[in-house]
Amino acid sequence: MVQEDTRAFAQTLRIELLRGLRDVGQGHLGGAMSVMDLLAVLYGGEMKIDPQNPGWDGRDYFVLSKGHAGPALYTALAVKGYFPLDWLKTINSNGTRLPSHCDRTKTPGVDMSAGSLGQGFSAAVGIAHGLKVQGKDNYVYTVVGDGECNEGQVWEAALYAPSHRLNHLIAFVDKNGKQLDGPTDDVLVLGDLRQKFEDFGWFALDVDGHDTDAIRAAIARGKQQTDKPTMIILHTVKGKGCSFVEHELNNHHARFTAAQADEAIAALEKGGC
Amino acid sequence: MPYTVRTQLTPGETEMRKVYAATLADMISKNSKVVALSADLMSSDGTQANHKKDPVHFVQAGIQEANMIGVAAGMSLTGIIPYAHSFACFASRRVYDQAFISVGFAQCNVRIVGSDPGITATYNGGTHMPFEDAGLMRLIPGMTVVEPTDVVMLEDILRQTETLQGSFYIRMARKEAVNIYEPGSTFELGKAAKLRDGKDVTLIASGYCVAEAMTAAGMLAKQGIEATVLDMYTLKPIDREAIVAAARATGAVVTAENHNILNGLGSAVAEVLAEEYPTPMGRVGIQDQYGEVGTLDYLRDRFGIGAQNIADKALDVLKRK
Repeated sequence: MVQEDTRAFAQTLRIELLRGLRDVGQGHLGGAMSVMDLLAVLYGGEMKIDPQNPGWDGRDYFVLSKGHAGPALYTALAVKGYFPLDWLKTINSNGTRLPSHCDRTKTPGVDMSAGSLGQGFSAAVGIAHGLKVQGKDNYVYTVVGDGECNEGQVWEAALYAPSHRLNHLIAFVDKNGKQLDGPTDDVLVLGDLRQKFEDFGWFALDVDGHDTDAIRAAIARGKQQTDKPTMIILHTVKGKGCSFVEHELNNHHARFTAAQADEAIAALEKGGC
Repeated sequence: MPYTVRTQLTPGETEMRKVYAATLADMISKNSKVVALSADLMSSDGTQANHKKDPVHFVQAGIQEANMIGVAAGMSLTGIIPYAHSFACFASRRVYDQAFISVGFAQCNVRIVGSDPGITATYNGGTHMPFEDAGLMRLIPGMTVVEPTDVVMLEDILRQTETLQGSFYIRMARKEAVNIYEPGSTFELGKAAKLRDGKDVTLIASGYCVAEAMTAAGMLAKQGIEATVLDMYTLKPIDREAIVAAARATGAVVTAENHNILNGLGSAVAEVLAEEYPTPMGRVGIQDQYGEVGTLDYLRDRFGIGAQNIADKALDVLKRK
């Protein structure tokens, strides 16, 4: 996919998520919208996948450690054909296969359950290590939230992955600058995340998380690493592309009306962001 | 072959950890998907020499138990069969959310190995003395909780879990355990082993307390009281049939465990009896206390989980029969 196609794919994902949640009227839209451009890159051609065979052992793996952004991942999976688009309307409904936080036992294409923060990151590290033990060359992608970096387990995994030279692990921090209680630095000061991961032994770089070309280029540099994992700090805007969420101060979890969703969909269809 | 009980129980000559390391090394030599992880305890769990020879399959996870359990869960998704070891206090309460979510909830095939259970932590003392680990693991849906009684059972359980699907908590003494079974014995998970048959009272024990229960049965026999002894090595799923059958045959039950009586073996047996066959019973075990440093014998007496305590409890229960 070229840049324009990937951008269009990202807009499609945002629109489909809003269509799915339109009548639900609530969800973790802030953190879902901020990772949509990354998901568009990964599911728009970067990852080796087979939607008809989610358990294919030749696939690249993806773990959404910030599990509350599950609806963003579900949208990518639905649009790629892992399951019908209609399922998106069942997000968080009784008996759904698309729960608020990712559950690998319920959703085709979800490689690991996540939601207790920090745990998906360790699992992604474990997948990368398990593949390396077996001499396989699949890539493993994972996204942690910047708020999630408050968790000690993130830093345990950060120490472990370079120690075991897991160079087929490509991780991202969705640095949207906000967590549930407000701006990340008002909660705990994260400092320079790129520098921190570099100090832990990662190949780390800062990227505009809404520039799909830049994301793709960063992944390409990550794939050149022969003895260390890659951490790409995505500088993003929480709620990106969804007007009523993007401009809210506290937008970790959003409640909205169908009219607001329709308005945001219309804006996205016009190419607005 | 099924299990055969030794005619005479003898002190163990081989440490459990030696059998743990040797069995895993043999399993790995035949199946490269088996991996043993250790949280900076290779010199304690016996795998250090194996790690030097094969660092790929004997993985050093460092002092980060939470990440180790998550890594093991992730590895299992690629077909790896992980055995992740730490001391039982860290392999249970320190990683409870990881065991619950990344292993249990996510249905990953991980074998968590917790060593030095209960008073066998001796000089490491109260911080390292888990009286609650099996109870915590029992509350994770789908988790099989097993406490191998001696080296023969440990080897058999390790080999069985290589091919079984699901998550396991293996509660393992690290040093010598009394020899109960003849070499080559095999064991069915979820079934109790009957070590002795008697008509007056049933002693149901696990782990360290199995040998103590056998000694207690000998003490009772001298008073003309014949005890059935069950080794309940699988705490979950527990052998309901064996518990009810023994209660029906003897009309009195005593449990004995190197663990808090709350949510351990005593609780599990009480639940079965209350629901299916109410029977006078008593529970020998840690009475909701914290551990402390000491020798094994001192701690056995300090917490009252020895043969004499079991025999005394049996006499108490018999009065209520």
